[in-house]
Amino acid sequence: MGLSREQIAQRVAQELQDGYYVNLGIGIPTLVANYVPKGIEVMLQSENGLLGMGQFPTEEEIDADLINAGKQTVTMATGASIFDSAESFAMVRGGHVDLTVLGAFEVDVNGNIASYMIPGKLIKGMGGAMDLVAGADNIIVTMTHASKHGESKLLTNCSLPLTGKGCIKKVLTDLAFIEIKNGKFHLIERAPGVTVEEIIKLTQGELVVPAVVPEMQF
Amino acid sequence: MAGFNKVVNSYEEAMAGLTDNMTVIAGGFGLCGIPENLIAEINRKGTKGLTLVSNNCGVDDFGLGVLLPNRQIKKIIASYVGENAEFERQMMSGELEVELTPQGTLAEKMRAGGAGIPAFFTATGVGTPVAEGKDERQFNGRDYILEEAITGDFAIVKAWKADKYGNLVFRKTARNFNPMAATAGKITVVEVEEIVEPGELDPDQIHTPGIYVNRLIQGTFEKRIEQRTTRPSGE
Repeated sequence: MGLSREQIAQRVAQELQDGYYVNLGIGIPTLVANYVPKGIEVMLQSENGLLGMGQFPTEEEIDADLINAGKQTVTMATGASIFDSAESFAMVRGGHVDLTVLGAFEVDVNGNIASYMIPGKLIKGMGGAMDLVAGADNIIVTMTHASKHGESKLLTNCSLPLTGKGCIKKVLTDLAFIEIKNGKFHLIERAPGVTVEEIIKLTQGELVVPAVVPEMQF
Repeated sequence: MAGFNKVVNSYEEAMAGLTDNMTVIAGGFGLCGIPENLIAEINRKGTKGLTLVSNNCGVDDFGLGVLLPNRQIKKIIASYVGENAEFERQMMSGELEVELTPQGTLAEKMRAGGAGIPAFFTATGVGTPVAEGKDERQFNGRDYILEEAITGDFAIVKAWKADKYGNLVFRKTARNFNPMAATAGKITVVEVEEIVEPGELDPDQIHTPGIYVNRLIQGTFEKRIEQRTTRPSGE
């Protein structure tokens, strides 16, 4: 079974803290904005030069000059600010963003991440991902645990060109919440209805499994 | 042209002097804040062998994508190029040289180029294909790579408003790479939605001072939206 895209986003949102500045990548990470816990305030950073990204506009509010990093039309939240791309990445590179959530193709036991290129097949570019993984201390990677064909994406060594080296400490997949430390994956939580055995089977890199693995709570 | 008046009267005049094999730095993110009429003028001129420096390369029929079908671009330095079928075809066949550059590094390369800084160290790209062939050095126990600045023969920029002296104000996220691009061109050409008299813009609110701007033209803009995303009214 495993988590839906929305449930992955929902679980990530539990990691948000009051007063966090957060950069959400394209895809599942974007959905995290829909599940900000009640009673806390977060400000979303969009790397094209917007801090304080609001919800999508109504048809009447659409403004071609106001988009997010996924090129979608957006609005500005109260207290937003606008800046150029160099300033935006000064924030990122300078470690001022409290949490970064982004997708990946592969992650390995040494915290390496591959997310931008499949040689010979898909060459779209890294966008801001290399800057984000190099600049942030607190990163959560969201992805499916394995490919449709059952090939693990949590590996001993990434097989694809890297986006960043030794920078990933937390991964949330459709099956599990995993931390990376001391060259190993550590199983922290499992998705509701998913067994530890299933997770072990679909994790190629070394996985440390504690005696009790709690189920995620929603 | 007299004194500090940067205004030119035609797009032909705006891009005069652009010749084959030059390097052009362009502002814009996706299709937002792109100098769409200056790009169209480059297309009309038919200048070839260009090296383009831009975060993206437009879509098939708009933005920098219009320079692809007749092979005007020899090389592009960009961070993300995934929206364009002809681009992908030319890249895969080797007709188009692509230097993928992390977005923050690209912005800083332009900024450094315009600020007279030849290179800078960054942790972005360490241990990845981006680091290949670049000098590495440790500071405070962390690895960094040396990235070189970029300058262009031309920079093409889109701003919202300008005064005749070329002081620029950008609007919302259409600012993006434009201020850095403006500093990094030997000849910086800016197109805007409105030109006002000097003194009409509040000096405290100017994003790019006119010293960086060589030519200025007022245009009309399509401002195409790449991903039109809305929520229902009344929510």
